[in-house]
Amino acid sequence: MSINHEPTAEQIKEQRLYLQMGMTVEEYERAVELLGRTPNYTETGLFSAMWSEHCSYKSSKPVLRKFPTEGARVLQGPGEGAGIVDIGDNQAAVFKMESHNSPSAIEPFIGAATGAGGIIRDVFSMGARPVALVNSLRFGDLTEPRDKFLFEEAVAGIASYGNAMGIPTVAGEVQFDQCYSKRPLVNAMAVGLLNHEDIQKGLAAGVGNTVLYAGATTGRDGIHGATMSSAEVSIEEDNELPVMQAGDPFIEKLLMEACLELVKSDALIGIQDMGAAGLTSSSAEMASKAGYGVELNLDLVPQREENMTAYEMMLSESQERMLIVVKKGREEEIIELFTKYGINAVAIGHVTDDKMLRLLHKGEVVAEVSADLLAEDAPTYHKESKEPASFAENQAIENKEPQVDNLKETLLSLLQRPTIASKEWVYNQFDTGARTSTVVAPGASAGIIRVRGTNKGIAMTADCNSRFIYLDPETGGKIAVAEAARNLVCSGAEPIALTDCLNFGSPDKPEVFWQLEKSADGISEACRKLNAPVIGGNVSLSNEVNGVPIYPTPTIGLVGIVHDLTEVTTTSFKQAGDAIYVIGQTDTEFGGSELQQMVEGKIFGKAPAIDLDVEAKRQQQLLSAIQQGLIQSATDLSEGGFAVALCEKAFAADGLGAEVTVSGSAVTELFSETQSRFLVTVKADQVAAFEEKVEDAVKIGTVTDGGQLVIKDAEGTVLVEGTVEQFHAAWKGAIPCLLNSEG
Amino acid sequence: MKFAVLVFPGLTCDLDMYYAIEETVKQEVEYVWHTEADQLDQFDAVLLPTGTSYGNYLRPGALAKSSPACQHLIAFAESGKPVLGVGNGFHILVEAGLLPGGFLRNVGLKFRSAQETVVVENNTTTFTKDYAQGQIITLPVAHEFGNYYADEETVEELKNSNRIVFTYTNEHTDGSTLAIAGITNEKGNVLGMMPLPERAVEEVIGGTDGSPLFHSILNNWSEQHVN
Amino acid sequence: MTKVTIYVTLRESVVDPQGIATTEALQKMGFEEVQSVRVGKLIELEMDGSEQTVETRVKEMCEDLLINKVIEDYRFEIGEVAGK
Repeated sequence: MSINHEPTAEQIKEQRLYLQMGMTVEEYERAVELLGRTPNYTETGLFSAMWSEHCSYKSSKPVLRKFPTEGARVLQGPGEGAGIVDIGDNQAAVFKMESHNSPSAIEPFIGAATGAGGIIRDVFSMGARPVALVNSLRFGDLTEPRDKFLFEEAVAGIASYGNAMGIPTVAGEVQFDQCYSKRPLVNAMAVGLLNHEDIQKGLAAGVGNTVLYAGATTGRDGIHGATMSSAEVSIEEDNELPVMQAGDPFIEKLLMEACLELVKSDALIGIQDMGAAGLTSSSAEMASKAGYGVELNLDLVPQREENMTAYEMMLSESQERMLIVVKKGREEEIIELFTKYGINAVAIGHVTDDKMLRLLHKGEVVAEVSADLLAEDAPTYHKESKEPASFAENQAIENKEPQVDNLKETLLSLLQRPTIASKEWVYNQFDTGARTSTVVAPGASAGIIRVRGTNKGIAMTADCNSRFIYLDPETGGKIAVAEAARNLVCSGAEPIALTDCLNFGSPDKPEVFWQLEKSADGISEACRKLNAPVIGGNVSLSNEVNGVPIYPTPTIGLVGIVHDLTEVTTTSFKQAGDAIYVIGQTDTEFGGSELQQMVEGKIFGKAPAIDLDVEAKRQQQLLSAIQQGLIQSATDLSEGGFAVALCEKAFAADGLGAEVTVSGSAVTELFSETQSRFLVTVKADQVAAFEEKVEDAVKIGTVTDGGQLVIKDAEGTVLVEGTVEQFHAAWKGAIPCLLNSEG
Repeated sequence: MKFAVLVFPGLTCDLDMYYAIEETVKQEVEYVWHTEADQLDQFDAVLLPTGTSYGNYLRPGALAKSSPACQHLIAFAESGKPVLGVGNGFHILVEAGLLPGGFLRNVGLKFRSAQETVVVENNTTTFTKDYAQGQIITLPVAHEFGNYYADEETVEELKNSNRIVFTYTNEHTDGSTLAIAGITNEKGNVLGMMPLPERAVEEVIGGTDGSPLFHSILNNWSEQHVN
Repeated sequence: MTKVTIYVTLRESVVDPQGIATTEALQKMGFEEVQSVRVGKLIELEMDGSEQTVETRVKEMCEDLLINKVIEDYRFEIGEVAGK
């Protein structure tokens, strides 16, 4: 552990020790060339961390450039801790989604908890108070003990952190597929609010200004987390595990309150979370973005372990730490501010004009590298991209209905699929009502919080159907954005901007890189059509188990505005006698559907088609009908199709049921996953006004008293008939039942 | 009337309580940071919010005992003025010795957010006069340590002195002894409860069954301060 | 320097939800011989003082903060800190 045991610059080069740190030969040679000499051990560590995919986006940058990032509301696009959009009244919403997949695969409780902690810091480091959390989770299908364990622990971990921070979780989604077995996805999103004048950036500017370190002490935990998160994790449970960075929400809460008081001070120049690659990325990025340098004396860094080396301190990913630049001479008052909250803050360096990141340790300069070189000059890879043979094969398959013998039994089975079943087991573990602003809690199309002091609401959702993206990444990418937008529109919100979390396999596989490119094309086009720019995000590559990539999963976290809280609309039927309408026609589209997976045990064929012009038109018309008070309830049709959506509308509607008539082939009408469709209810006296407003709406039935669900065909033959209670019990009990089952 | 929301380090839901006072009784309300609790005697009531304090480490509510605020809180309670502790505030009142009993992890072992129906068992207290005796109200709960425990002797004493103020209609809720949801001290000026009245004061957030509790506190105070 | 190890357990009369769930889990996993499980806490202290004063002080700590007598019992062991 002593510094004397570190390899020399020559040994690193000769023995290619940089390979163990995650650098390739080419990257190392590039670093040597740009630096003009061979880097020492600490410096090599700086390069390896800053040039990791997690920090540099070296493989994904060409793809990320495709995303539209500008819009009238955008105040801060990608590149800072979180993106910012204007919501009127001098206020702004700040949000970002981030993955914590690799840590969660190894130690799901800690991994998921620290994921939530990290994204919360990203938001308050922008000067915003975090007001809501959203999560998007993927696990194996809960048949294997390891996947049950990962699921239970990851949910508990997120809950433990979010609850202890007093931030309500208001939305989220969980999907289950064996492609995520042992390789779960844990994507967490935080949403904050601020006044425009309080926006902060991670800048280290002004020569002589003081660099402060605030928060928890630095230990040896999480060293090389940034490089690890960009690599495939081998999940042999007996392997020696890397030291995980554990979280402490108590410290984070104190740190958050102190930082939110700090942003009101004119002594503050810049602030950034020490997230991935800790002190290295925060100091190098803050200096590089501001066009200055930073000199740090590592002897002053608060350490929780003895004899830590410069390398260890710079690469530690200990949680709950912030790097802050304040005006020279004002340090004491800022330190006092942190002390009031019980947070340790110390001056560890200052801003220089030479654009270097210079590190002193025990009286010696232990690293001296241009901040730009670390933060900006990572190589950019244009990875090889290749359409997989399976794509053309799938495209060639004719759309066809899966074989279904009993419609009612099939519906009951679908309702018990974990992806479709009630997620109450998950969200009851979250404190959904903290801050007393939750207007719509989890379990709805979207979560909604009110903006105190106004009549507005912020709506949010996370969505991604990776099966469609696997079959057809471009179409699937469009669907991911469109579905998220549908969820907001159904809730009465206008979508305004999104964050994404691009979870993929290894980019070194040309077929995977093709998926990444194509899905980004689809996402970008949908963003343009639906007027929702990308204001930030995160990339998580190499999500593979035993060399098999997960389905491509670019999760979309979409945020919207409810202009008037009276316009908030929910899924449930409201009263008997209301007319039930389907918006949009239904085609036989089962590629990647829940029914196909259930019946065939695999997915194949074409993903459902999507026409973004039709999508945009229907969304606009529906939102406008909602805003005019013409809609009693609304939901989109997604996994499981029409029949599942109809059930969901009855589940929370005390004692109500429905009688509907469908025309066409029953299996298609009931279970197809054709896109751009909605199921809404309208009061009898508003039917005419509604029909005039929404072009593609077809009346199919009526909300009834008595809690029966009846679906008939055009001839009047009953296709499905049962009590709401029966369907509800199946849907509600499925996940607890899977978790309690043997195996 | 002047309310203090007492804030221990790391406390999360102080805001909920603060806004509940503004929303319901519209009286003066101030956050009091735990190091400034020597000023509590200037207030007419002290509110201990829910959420988490001190990270809920060791046992929820226990570490509050390390703050000088705890002694000021005890002195305030002894003065006879009303003290309301909800959720974590209830934990603190128990740990501080102002209320009997202890808390265990929920029988389901998990944090649990839900709407619960609660019976007003005693509507003669400072906190419940605006409810009807036996009224059933709906309040949210959000806790991992909501499993109230008291031994037989304590339970008998609570029953005999009519100090069980709220019970859950579901007798198994989180495992609480006798489905107890809220109790007072002997004097009746300290109420601890696990359901969260401050989260049920507006229709837009799901209900108003918590409002009468705050009105009761104000009305009681007003009666005592007629002149 | 003295090392004190404090074992905190739930009082016998108190139902232990974690213990019950763990018992069931173990039995389900094939450890049918398990009759009951009670889950407690372990607290380790390093402190100064003679054996006599340590014992008195640790008792005070337990009663004042570390345990809640209503629900918990405790016992402790006093030893030397290795290597110090």
